[in-house]
Amino acid sequence: MDAQGHEMTLPASQSLSADGADARDRLLGAALLGLRLGPALILLLLIVVVSLTTPVFTTTRNIGNILSQTTLIALLALGQLLVIITRGIDLSVGSTVALSSVVGAIVYMHTSSSLLVILAMLGTGIAVGSANGLVYVFGRVPHPFIVTLASLSIVRGLALWAANGTLIPGMPHAVQVVGGGTIGWFPYSAFVVLGLALAVLLLTTALVWGRWLYAVGGNPDAARRTGVPVKRVLVSVYVISGFMAAVAGLANAGLTDAGSPTFGDLAELDSIAAVIIGGAAFAGGRGNVGNALVGAFTIGIIRNALNLHAVNAFYQLMVIGAVILLAVEADVIRGRVEGRLRVARAMGA
Amino acid sequence: MTAALAIRGATKRFGAVLALDGVDVTVDRGEVLALLGDNGAGKSTLIKCISGAHRLDAGTIEMDGRPVTIHSPTDARALGIETVYQDLALFDNLGATDNFFAGRELATPSWLPRSLRLLRRKRMTESTREVLARFEVSLPRIDSTVGLMSGGQRQAVAVSRAAAFASNVVILDEPTAALGLRESQGVLALIRRLRDDGKAVIVISHALDHVMEVADRAVVLRRGRKVGELPASREAHTQIVSLIVGGGA
Repeated sequence: MDAQGHEMTLPASQSLSADGADARDRLLGAALLGLRLGPALILLLLIVVVSLTTPVFTTTRNIGNILSQTTLIALLALGQLLVIITRGIDLSVGSTVALSSVVGAIVYMHTSSSLLVILAMLGTGIAVGSANGLVYVFGRVPHPFIVTLASLSIVRGLALWAANGTLIPGMPHAVQVVGGGTIGWFPYSAFVVLGLALAVLLLTTALVWGRWLYAVGGNPDAARRTGVPVKRVLVSVYVISGFMAAVAGLANAGLTDAGSPTFGDLAELDSIAAVIIGGAAFAGGRGNVGNALVGAFTIGIIRNALNLHAVNAFYQLMVIGAVILLAVEADVIRGRVEGRLRVARAMGA
Repeated sequence: MTAALAIRGATKRFGAVLALDGVDVTVDRGEVLALLGDNGAGKSTLIKCISGAHRLDAGTIEMDGRPVTIHSPTDARALGIETVYQDLALFDNLGATDNFFAGRELATPSWLPRSLRLLRRKRMTESTREVLARFEVSLPRIDSTVGLMSGGQRQAVAVSRAAAFASNVVILDEPTAALGLRESQGVLALIRRLRDDGKAVIVISHALDHVMEVADRAVVLRRGRKVGELPASREAHTQIVSLIVGGGA
């Protein structure tokens, strides 16, 4: 019973009744929503501008090209997203693309089984990812930057060593179809991206693992105290990232009918750029599949558009750099709006 | 009447420092116990031994008369003991529901490994709403991330999360430390509702005024020992202060 009449409710209820604060709350909330949709709106604007200025852009052939060329970044971004949500980074994915393609090519030289080739490639990615995750978590390395910087170098070195520094031609038919086949103008690899994106979407939004992921990214200490298996979650994101890199390696190998130790050079930076353009933050706990793909396609379409206009590749680098800065600045503004919203709500009236 | 929680002869040593020296503390259901003492008196150590962050070197913990062992936070939670830490241990990037159920999500089917089970979002949202309503906590929107809430609302989310899952004991470490006057009153009201809900409540606080407002009984620690136990009342205020500082004793 409440004998002393503690009818008091928390101040929040009072803030709701205040009209001025309510309007302000709504305004700031709308601004926040706008910033959240920012990456998608920028991509939309980009598509509109490029379609209006470049007639070839909207041909099915070119759209097929964009899809095919963005496969690599998109796949890597799916893995990188999960890593970045946990406050980490995976610099080894570009090298893993190369190593898995080389391993696939070598296995294909010795067997004719496409199944074995595919399993070897995927296994390579999972092995690299497991090594990254286990060394980071159980070696108590302060930050995954260091672990994956080391594996960036080691894995690229392994690929060069195994391939003797050169391209190894030959991929089984199944791999060629996945990497380079099309249905009409629509590339098979885009189905792979779509399928894996849906899988990651399911993982991050509908399953318990996804809640753990965002909990670990949001507050690792609290996650530990509330019984979230933090170490397992951390290892698993690097395994998934390695797996995605292997699939990207498979697609790349299929497209070119070869394994090469130079595949995926600097692709790790593209994948990080895609995730950041998609509104995730290095501070962790934030980001989603849709926006990571938006980030990947923003980069892909900028490259495609500049190619269609025969703009020098040097400019492409500068433009993409500028877009990254823009995305980070939008994130800073978002942080400020969130701060104001918090203050507005705390003030109550 | 057997106490909901009874600690007897609690002893904990950190190297040469005797942090707890044979402390006896009991709390009943429907009672708010204030655990008082200056910095380094042993309050936090005692709390950490109950919530599973530390292990007692010697001494026993009984719940409803039965001896229990608490070796980890998971043990404590399984016994129905929830702790609201001073830093709240909230996930700023998640909403109230996800904060409530972090680490103990309701999910199905049970034959899958836990991490791969489907979240039962509706049920979690419903029961979060229910708990918030029961403790009269109103939030602007239940799915708004906790990072966008005011200090009082955040504290309210943390306290009601503990209340929702604590079948026996709720421990609050400095629940009003970061709050303004009005928000502090809200949290104190919430603590009364915990007590009325039949929980055994332990509150650590330096804000003696706040503690005296809600506590039924006060235990004072000094240098790892219990130096006093008395009903919490305005009249006892000066006596408690002198026990804490240990001046005229």
